Amino acid sequence: MEVNFIDIKDFRETMLAHRRKGMDFLRELIGMDWQDDGLGAIYMLENSSTHENIEVAVRTLDRERPQLPSVSDIWMVAELYEREVYDFYGIEFTGHHDLRRLYLRNDWVGFPLRKDYDASEELNPVRMESEPVEEFQREYDIQDDREMAEIVEKLKILHYDQYVVNIGPQHPATHGVLHFHLSLEGEEVRKVDIRCGYIHRGIEKLCESRTYPQILPFTDRLDYLSAHQNRHALCMCIENAMEIGVSDRVQYIRTIMDELQRIDSHLLMYSCMAMDMGAITGFIYGFREREKILDIMEEVTGGRLIQNYYVIGGVQADITPGFAKKVKEYCNDQKIRIKEYYDLFVNNVIFRNRSIGVGVLSREDAISFGATGGTGRASGWACDVRKRHPYAMYGKVDFKEIVHTGGDCYTRLIVRLEEILESIGIIEQLIDNIPEGDYKTKTKPIIKLPEGRFSASVEGSRGEFGVFIESRGDKMPYRLKFRPTGLPLLAAAHKIMKGCKIADLITIGASLDYVIPDIDR
Amino acid sequence: MIDFNSVTTAIDRFLNSVLPHQAATLVECLIIAVCAIVAYLTFAIVMIYMERKVCAAFQCRVGPDRVGKWGLLQVFSDVFKMLTKEIIELCSSDKILYTLAPFLVIMSSIITFSCLPFDNGLQVLDFNIGIFFIMAASSFGILGILLGGWSSNNKFSMIGAMRSGGQMISYELSMGLSVLTLVVLSGTMQISDLVEEQTKGWFIFRGHIPAFIAFIIYIISGNAETNRAPFDLPEAESELTAGFHTEYSGMGFGLFYVAEFMNMFIIAGIATTIFLGGWAPFTIPGADAFNSAMFMIPGFVWFLGKTFFVIWLLMWIRWTFPRLRIDQVLVLEWKYMVPIGLLNLLIMTICVVMGWTF
Amino acid sequence: MEMKKPAIKSIPYEEFKDNETLESLLAEVNKERTNVLIGNLDDLINWGRSNSLWSLTFATSCCGIEFMAVGAARYDFARFGFEVTRNSPRQADLIMCAGTITHKMAPVLKRLYDQMAEPKYVVAVGGCAISGGPFKGSYHVLNGIDKIIPVDVYVPGCPPRPEAMLYGMMQLQRKVKAEKFLGGKNIHRKRSDAPKDPIIVTNVPAGDENKNEK
Repeated sequence: MEVNFIDIKDFRETMLAHRRKGMDFLRELIGMDWQDDGLGAIYMLENSSTHENIEVAVRTLDRERPQLPSVSDIWMVAELYEREVYDFYGIEFTGHHDLRRLYLRNDWVGFPLRKDYDASEELNPVRMESEPVEEFQREYDIQDDREMAEIVEKLKILHYDQYVVNIGPQHPATHGVLHFHLSLEGEEVRKVDIRCGYIHRGIEKLCESRTYPQILPFTDRLDYLSAHQNRHALCMCIENAMEIGVSDRVQYIRTIMDELQRIDSHLLMYSCMAMDMGAITGFIYGFREREKILDIMEEVTGGRLIQNYYVIGGVQADITPGFAKKVKEYCNDQKIRIKEYYDLFVNNVIFRNRSIGVGVLSREDAISFGATGGTGRASGWACDVRKRHPYAMYGKVDFKEIVHTGGDCYTRLIVRLEEILESIGIIEQLIDNIPEGDYKTKTKPIIKLPEGRFSASVEGSRGEFGVFIESRGDKMPYRLKFRPTGLPLLAAAHKIMKGCKIADLITIGASLDYVIPDIDR
Repeated sequence: MIDFNSVTTAIDRFLNSVLPHQAATLVECLIIAVCAIVAYLTFAIVMIYMERKVCAAFQCRVGPDRVGKWGLLQVFSDVFKMLTKEIIELCSSDKILYTLAPFLVIMSSIITFSCLPFDNGLQVLDFNIGIFFIMAASSFGILGILLGGWSSNNKFSMIGAMRSGGQMISYELSMGLSVLTLVVLSGTMQISDLVEEQTKGWFIFRGHIPAFIAFIIYIISGNAETNRAPFDLPEAESELTAGFHTEYSGMGFGLFYVAEFMNMFIIAGIATTIFLGGWAPFTIPGADAFNSAMFMIPGFVWFLGKTFFVIWLLMWIRWTFPRLRIDQVLVLEWKYMVPIGLLNLLIMTICVVMGWTF
Repeated sequence: MEMKKPAIKSIPYEEFKDNETLESLLAEVNKERTNVLIGNLDDLINWGRSNSLWSLTFATSCCGIEFMAVGAARYDFARFGFEVTRNSPRQADLIMCAGTITHKMAPVLKRLYDQMAEPKYVVAVGGCAISGGPFKGSYHVLNGIDKIIPVDVYVPGCPPRPEAMLYGMMQLQRKVKAEKFLGGKNIHRKRSDAPKDPIIVTNVPAGDENKNEK
C-alpha cells in the first residue's frame, strides 16, 4: 500500500481537490504515532462509482499540542473518526465542531494509543463515581493572529431545561451498551447525543503487544456476528503481506463459512428487529433457524458463536464428512422458512406502517457517512466489497448484489432477507465442488511481516470490514487498525434519528443493525 | 340448569334467622368479599399459567415444566418470591401516591371482576345500570397507572404513564360505543336481563353484522384497555424498560402484574356477557333435543369456557403482533374506530327500529 | 430443624460439581437451630425464590447473544422458572453479567446492582466477566466483576455454551436453597454492607461446559 504524505499546509486544498475529483467515500481515517516522525493520520479514500482507491497521510511534529485540519465538513463520517483519533492520540482537529472524547471517560488521563502512553494504575484507576458530563461542544478554532487553534466552547449539547432521557447504557433495545442521550419534546426526539465506549476494550492497543497468531482471536470478538469474515480479513492481509498462497479448498471453505455466518447474522438482525418492535414470537422464529447454522458451524469448528476457525495459511481443521449434506439440507429448509418470516412479521400491517418511510437515509448521505453493508445497499449505494474488490471465490461465483432505493427501515430489513437467499445461492454453487487439497498451508513457526503498510477488506455481515497493518518487520504489528463496520452506521444514525419518535429511534437502531463491541473495539 | 338465586336467597334467610339484620348483612358482605378475592386470585393464577403455556406453544417452546407436574406450581413459586422481595423506598418519590397506585389498579380490577355474572344468580351486584357500572369501575384503574408513573419520579415511568393516559381514555370511548350498540339491541343495562335475553340466542348472532362489527371493535379496544401488545406502549419493554412500573419492586409490581392479567379476564368476561351469551348455553332455534342437552351443562362452565376462548384469542393477538407507535394508536382510535363505532351504532339502531334482528 | 441438601429435579446431587462449597454454606446456616415452623417456612420461601429467578436483561458483548439463545426456542430457560428477563433492575432477581466490563461501564454495573431489590444474585458469565478474559491487561478493562460486586456463580467459557449457562443457573438455584430468610442472618443484611458479606461459590472447575452436555 502506497501512502502519499501531504504537507500540512496544503492538506485542506488537496483533500478538497480529491473530493471534487469524485473521492466521495472516506473508507478509513487511521490515527498514527510515528514516534520521532510525529503524530498523524492516514486517510483512505475511494471513488464510489469507479472504485478507485487512494491513500494520503498527514503529520505534525508537535507532540505537545498536535493539530491537524479537520475534514469533517468534507466527509460527514470524519466527525466521529476524528473524535476517535483525538481520543486515542490527542490530535486536535481544527475546525471540528464537536471534539470530545469518543470512547474513554471525560476524566481519562493521557492518550492510550500513543507509544509513550503511561498505563499505570494510579493515573487511571477504576473510577466508581459517575462520569462527569460535558455540557458544551468544544470546537478548536484558529484565531487570526495566532498559529495555534484554541478551544471555543460553543453550543450546549443538551439543555437541562429540556426533558432529557437516557436510553442506555443498559437498555434492552440498544443491542449492547450504547448510550443515547436524548432531549425529548413529548414523544419526539429533539436532539440526540450518542455516547459509546462502554465496551471499549482497547483491542488495537493490545494487538501492538501480541504476535500475529495471537491477534487472530481478537477479530472474532469484535463483531461476533461476522466472526468468520473479520478473521478472513486479517488472515488475508497477513497472507498477502507474506505472500503465502492458500489452496483452492481453503478458498472454498472460507467462502462457504463466510456466507453461513452472513446468514446467521442477518437472521439475528431479523430476530432482534422483531423483538424491538414487540413481536417476540418473530424473535424466537429467527433464532430457531439460527441454531441450525450454529449446529453446522459447531461440528466443523467446535465453537458456537466464536469459532476461531481461520488461521494464517488456511483453516484450523478440515470440514467434516457430512458437511456438504448438512449444509444443503439447511439451505433447503431456510428457503421455506424465510416465507414464514414474511407471513409472521414483515408483511404485518403494523410493522409496515412503523417502518416504511421511517429513518430515511439518502444515497449521498450513505456514501458520505460511509454506511456500507445492508444499510448502504438499502439506500441505493452498490457498496458490496464482494463485487467491488472480489476476494476468495467471490469473483467466480454468480450472485446478485441486492440494491434497493427506499433507504428506510423496511428496505433495510428486506435487503437483509433477500441477501440470505443470495448467500444460499452462493453456498449452493460451491458446496458440491469443494476441490481436494490442503486445508492449511505450512507457515514458518514465527510469523514476521515485511516492513510496510498492508490493508485488506472484506464484506462483513454489516458492511465493509477492513484491516490495516503497519509493520516494522517485527513479529508484532507496529500499528493495527480495524475498520469498524458499525461506527459509520452510528454516525448515520445520529443524523436520521433527529426529529423521530422514541419508538422510531428503536426501529432505526434495530434496522441499522450495529454491534456495539465492533463500534467500540 | 341451577338457579343460584335460590341458593343465595336460602343463605340470606338462614343468616337473618340466626342474626340481627345488620349483622347478617355484614356477614354476607364478608363472605362475598372473601369469595370474590379467592376467585380473583385463583383465576389470576390460572391465567398466568395459561399465558405462559400458550406463549410457549406459539413460540415453539415448552414453557415452565420443572416446578411441579407440567410446571403447575410455577406461579406459586413466583408469588412466594414476590412476597418476600424487598420493597424499595425511593427517596424522591411521592410516597403516599406511590404506595397507593398499585392498590387503585387492583381495586378497580376486583370491583369489576365481582360484577361479572358467572352463572344464573351468581353475581354480586345486579341492578338496572349494571353494564354502566362495570364500565365505570373498570376505567378508574387508569388513575392508578397514571399516579404510579407520575409519583415514581422516573422519566421512563412518566412517559409510560402519559402514554397509557392518552391511550386508555381514548379507547374507553370506542369500547363504550360498542357496548352501547349492544344495549340498543337488548334494550336493557341490567346484566341479569342481558344474559336472560340471550338464552334465546346470543347477541352476536341475533345482531348479525352490526353486532359482529361491535365485537371486533370491542376486542381491539379491550386489548388497548388492558395495555397488552400490540397496545403495550405504556410498558413498551424495548423502549421504556418497564414503562409506568419501572420503579416498582416486589409486591407493588406483583399487583400491577396480576391486575394486567385479570383485566384481560374481565375484558373477556364482559365480551362473553354481552356478545356471547354469558352463562347462556348455545342453542339452535327449533332443535329442542339439542337445546335441552345444552341446558344440562352448568352455566358457569359455559361462562368460563367462552371467557377462556376469548382470552385465548387475546393471547393469540398478543404473541403475534408487533407494537404500534403512539401516534398510530391514536390515529386508529380517533380516525377509524370512533367513526366506525358511531356509524355502527346508527346501523344497529335502524336495525332494531325496523326489526331487522333475529 | 436442619436445612436439607438442595435437590434439583431430575439431576442427582452427586452429578453437580463444587458440592463442598455448598455443604460448607449449609453447615454455616445450620449452626443456629430453628424451630420446625420457621424452618418449613424458610424452605417454602427458598423453593419459591429458587424457582423464580428472573434475570435482568444485561449483556455487554458476545456472551449476551448466547444468553439470548438460552432464552430462545431450543434451550428455553422458561422451563426452569427463569420465566422472563426483566428490563427494570427493580424487578429482577439476578444479573447474568454477560460480557466484558470496562472502566466506563463499571460504575454503571455497580449502580444497576445497587438498584436491584434484595434478594439479588450475580452470575458472572464468560471469561471477561470472571477475570477480564482475553482482554486482561488492557488499559480499559476491569479484570473481573468480583472487584466491584459480589459474585455468586462463575460460568467459564468464551462464550459459555447455553448448557453451561443453564448449569450455572442451577448451581445458583442450589445456592439459593441454602439460605435462611426468617431464621437466618440474611434478614439483617443492610444494603450498605451487602458487598462485604458475599457468599461466593468459587472453584467451579473449567471445562464444566463439556461435562454438562447431557
